[in-house]
Amino acid sequence: MLDLKDMNTKFSTDTKLESEIAYFENINLKLESGDIIASFKLAFKTFGKLNTDKSNAILVCHALTGDQYVAGNNPITGREGWWSRMVGPNKPVDTNKFFVICSNVLGGCSGSTGPKELQNGSDVAYGGDFPSVTIKDMVKAQSLLIESLNIEKLFSVIGGSMGAMQALQWAIDFPDKILNIIHIAGALKHSAQNIAFHEVGRQAIMSDPIWKNGKYFENNEVPERGLSVARMIAHITYLSENAMHRKFGRKLQSRDIISFGFDADFQVESYLRYQGKSFVERFDANSYLYLTRAMDYFDHDETFRKNIEFSHNPNNHLKYLIVSFTSDWLFPTIESKMIVNQLNSLSREVSFLEIDTDKGHDSFLLEEPQLDDVIKGFLTNNFAKIDE
Amino acid sequence: MNKINSIRKDWSLIETLIAPDRKILDIGCGDGGLMEQLENNRNAITHGIELNRDLAANAIARGFNVVHGNAELDLSQYSNNSFDYVILSQTLQAMMKPKDILSELLRIGSKAIVSFPNFGHWKIRLQLLISGKMPVTESLPYTWYDTPNIHFFTIKDFLNLCNEMNIVIEKSIGLTSKGRQFDISESISGVNFFTHEAIFLLSYKNFEPIKIKSSKKVFAKNSVIAN
Repeated sequence: MLDLKDMNTKFSTDTKLESEIAYFENINLKLESGDIIASFKLAFKTFGKLNTDKSNAILVCHALTGDQYVAGNNPITGREGWWSRMVGPNKPVDTNKFFVICSNVLGGCSGSTGPKELQNGSDVAYGGDFPSVTIKDMVKAQSLLIESLNIEKLFSVIGGSMGAMQALQWAIDFPDKILNIIHIAGALKHSAQNIAFHEVGRQAIMSDPIWKNGKYFENNEVPERGLSVARMIAHITYLSENAMHRKFGRKLQSRDIISFGFDADFQVESYLRYQGKSFVERFDANSYLYLTRAMDYFDHDETFRKNIEFSHNPNNHLKYLIVSFTSDWLFPTIESKMIVNQLNSLSREVSFLEIDTDKGHDSFLLEEPQLDDVIKGFLTNNFAKIDE
Repeated sequence: MNKINSIRKDWSLIETLIAPDRKILDIGCGDGGLMEQLENNRNAITHGIELNRDLAANAIARGFNVVHGNAELDLSQYSNNSFDYVILSQTLQAMMKPKDILSELLRIGSKAIVSFPNFGHWKIRLQLLISGKMPVTESLPYTWYDTPNIHFFTIKDFLNLCNEMNIVIEKSIGLTSKGRQFDISESISGVNFFTHEAIFLLSYKNFEPIKIKSSKKVFAKNSVIAN
């Protein structure tokens, strides 16, 4: 771990930072809710090298259950990073060329300040006493991280789902600190249906007797049942009916005939149970509550156009790449098109593609060659243009 | 002329109609070929719309500002006069509502550039006259039942429509089937007979703002004065 002060001096083009935590002491981060976090830390990972004119930095924003381990090996799960098929040497987001930063969001649970971390100057975790955070707060914290890395301008901010929300928030709040955003499977707002699904997930957690108003850690317990049910529900929304049918159909799990009971007869049940179970091992239930809430509060439906048009921060130079997927019913194409429409009505430099796939909302994490091509080309060609 | 050469020829003629350093919207931009040409040779700022997913993806991957979408549905999102030129190359005949598209082009752009194959060309007339079947030619190579070209029209039809819509034809270039180029407005007779493809630079009629005086304020209304 590296202190922020050290980092400012140590961090240069030839320093390789593999795994770091940035501490922001006595910074009094004012949150959108009005609450103040006196000190906080952000866990982040970097990949590739920052070039001498510091023009090749890309921030990747993770989705709801993601973390800073976008590429390489994730020590928590022991598996590859969540977007290692997209980010890495010679990958579409090429770390031979770009300096990629990914940080765990404020309120998260893989090293950044969040409900499972200890409160300032005490040995008790925040739990349910953690203040409500929003996407705007997460982005504010990220901007402090970028500042502390001595990077004035990010070449790009990239994210899918909740990551897309952060990318859009960057375009609204810090247009002067970025050149473009890649916004995948996102929206101007979290829809009523999406809030509803989140609410069911939260209720599953909060009705688990072990949850105890978020103080489960006092007895070293985890509301496993509630959290795994929340994950199972959410996982359904990330897929599509066709993808589920293709993957599972009505196939039975480890048996030839149905059991006439409530075991996991069907493969799809077994799969969901496994998803729920493995999620509990890596994710904090309180974090899940806070982060789903942050997504619910995200709403630029009425304000986006005005924010872009009348911002005191010049944002005319921004380029936007907006991508949606045909089978994504959580963040459907129509939501992406609303962003595109508003940007076009302001004559902004926007590109939009709806990718044809049956893999649902999770498509951005999966094998989609057209997504790879578009991201790679967009980054490479636009980088060449600023390099000229 | 084969299809590719014909498009290249079309593009190079379009380029001659465009002043440098302008903002351009290319409707049906494909993989961005014309946009690239205009960025390189005219220092243009280009935007495009493309209906075909793969072509749109290619154009975006080549670094162009391209929106994957349907011009007939999506043009309304652009603001009035937000481009210097709006280009519709070889596509008007494939539109559901060509007249609406034409007025959209001139709403979004100060000027519009429209190119199309002339259905009044003598080869087409001759085919229909002699064989009694829908013509199939080099520039219109489709059979009637699977053609994307659903609104056939001739140069005369187009000129009449422009007149009706109070559109000014600033420049017009005709091409014969051999690729010979001429100015449509200067050719007196037979234009509609031997023009294979036509390219028009369009704008609305110049007009004086109508000033309406009330007791307190002067209103200026930007409207087109009809003949």
